[in-house]
Amino acid sequence: MLEMTIEKRLDKFTIDVNFVCETTGIVAFFGRSGAGKTSLVNMLAGLLRPDRGRIVVNGVTLFDSAQGIDLPPERRRLGYVFQEARLFPHMTVRGNLHYGLRRVPSGERAIVPEHVIALLGLEEVLARRPHHLSGGERQRVALGRALLANPRLLLMDEPLASLDQPRKDEVLPFIERLRDETAIPIVYVSHAMPEIVRLADTMVLVSDGRVEAVGTIDDLTSRLDLRPLTGRYEAGAVIQARVAGHDRDFGITELSFAGGRLRVPHVGLPVDTRLRLRIRARDVSLALEPPRRTSILNAIPAVVSEIGPEEGPQVDLRVTAGSASLWARITRRSLADLGLQLGTPVTVLIKAVAVDRYSLGRGAGPGRFLEDGDRAEPPSSD
Amino acid sequence: MPTLTPLESEALRLSLRVAFWSVTTSLPVGLLVAWLLARRDFYGKSVLNTLVHLPLVLPPVVVGYLLLVLFGREGPLGRLLLSAFGITLPFTWQGAALAAAVMAFPLMVRAMRLSLETVDRRLEAAARTLGAGPAAVFITITLPLMAPGIVVGALLAFARSLGEFGATITFAANIPGETRTLPIALYTLIQTPGGETLALRLAILSVVLSLAALATSEILARRLHARIDG
Repeated sequence: MLEMTIEKRLDKFTIDVNFVCETTGIVAFFGRSGAGKTSLVNMLAGLLRPDRGRIVVNGVTLFDSAQGIDLPPERRRLGYVFQEARLFPHMTVRGNLHYGLRRVPSGERAIVPEHVIALLGLEEVLARRPHHLSGGERQRVALGRALLANPRLLLMDEPLASLDQPRKDEVLPFIERLRDETAIPIVYVSHAMPEIVRLADTMVLVSDGRVEAVGTIDDLTSRLDLRPLTGRYEAGAVIQARVAGHDRDFGITELSFAGGRLRVPHVGLPVDTRLRLRIRARDVSLALEPPRRTSILNAIPAVVSEIGPEEGPQVDLRVTAGSASLWARITRRSLADLGLQLGTPVTVLIKAVAVDRYSLGRGAGPGRFLEDGDRAEPPSSD
Repeated sequence: MPTLTPLESEALRLSLRVAFWSVTTSLPVGLLVAWLLARRDFYGKSVLNTLVHLPLVLPPVVVGYLLLVLFGREGPLGRLLLSAFGITLPFTWQGAALAAAVMAFPLMVRAMRLSLETVDRRLEAAARTLGAGPAAVFITITLPLMAPGIVVGALLAFARSLGEFGATITFAANIPGETRTLPIALYTLIQTPGGETLALRLAILSVVLSLAALATSEILARRLHARIDG
């Protein structure tokens, strides 16, 4: 549980937040650049002192102005992965990795260095200096260094923002493995919705120094009133799914979710792997009856459950299929032509190729500590 | 290698000893002052800054005279040192080291301050989040990163101490075997009829010594930079 009730005057604006959220898996602090996300994380880490308020992480009070508590950063035990890796240039990779570890009392070391080094694929670079690493390697070392300090919570401030797309794709799976294979909760700061959808379970929406909403990714991304903050382009639904099977001949993977089945281009994951995907509203069409001869693979029965404000040529509709919600963006003219109203049964049409591959993230499994030795690999029954 | 006369080797050994102690004792103070000037804001900072740089612009004789006023038998600090530790500084080689240290101090502080200012404070913040307290961060991150500046500062101060003349002769006088360092011995020879050849030998010795100090500083700094920048 993370509790922050904080006021802090900064040069340009004031941070004034009051929220509580779960710290299982990844909590994303999402907001535009300059919204105050980094300041929030710095106050969590103890690098920036709030004017007044209270910060409690999993029952440990890190800051409480009323009680005069202000733990220095070194006693907060929060790992911090910065946007620029901030590796120590005068030490080797091994020296960097052990910097935090050797300051943890030996009785409290829950994380085995060899496992972290293997998890992050750093065996080959241990003897190197940071200057001789690629951007992606540097960020992986930074992840390992923070993790080996045995933190209560890992803070990641836009850890991918300074990397180009190939490097992002290189590092992202490692963050997913951290999430899935360690029990350490993560606070992940980003202004990139695809990253958040792929990684996070809970979202804290930050805007102009305030927290506008706290909730699950699925809920917040589907709330119409938050669209100005989550972004119109990004409008869509996040659904939890499970790999149900593969059609090797056509390179199609079938997923099952609360609303039925979904066919997507092949995903290289074993059957039964849980994953999360994002379906953008603009990739979803509606029909009053199931089309018979069509190239669209996904036709899912649903009911219209919410109709967005009818301004401009487009309108967003929420449709409910089973217990899952999807969003469809259609023209206002179609809305009128089809006579759609709340409760109208419809068929939801989703092009298989439209599913955002980048958003395919593996769902958070049960937290597993690295100490029990075996790294969590899903059963490979595929 | 030409051999040195007993007089020359005495002056050389004395000079090295004075310069060594001048640097060794002023190094921690210099580090503290550099840190205060680079990292802290406090009342009287510009006064401290001016005071540190004063020996650069004052005539060395004035510095020597002020040291005499402060550390002389009747001076406030001199009386204190004498009664507390039985130490007398004027007209001793320790006094020569003090005079050299004061004169070299601005050079030392300047080099260390500049290197401290280039240390990335974000690295220090990262070290704090990894469990290191302020002192541990200073020792494991700040000092190694500013090491080239410390080496350069120390060797510049060493070279400057070797060459110190005005403040030393004023404060510690010209006592053979006690305060007659290379430059003072050279000065004495010039004043002595027929001492020209010996003076030239001492002059060459001084040049060689200073060049060696500067070259060492350059090589060490380059090596340390290479260690940091990989």
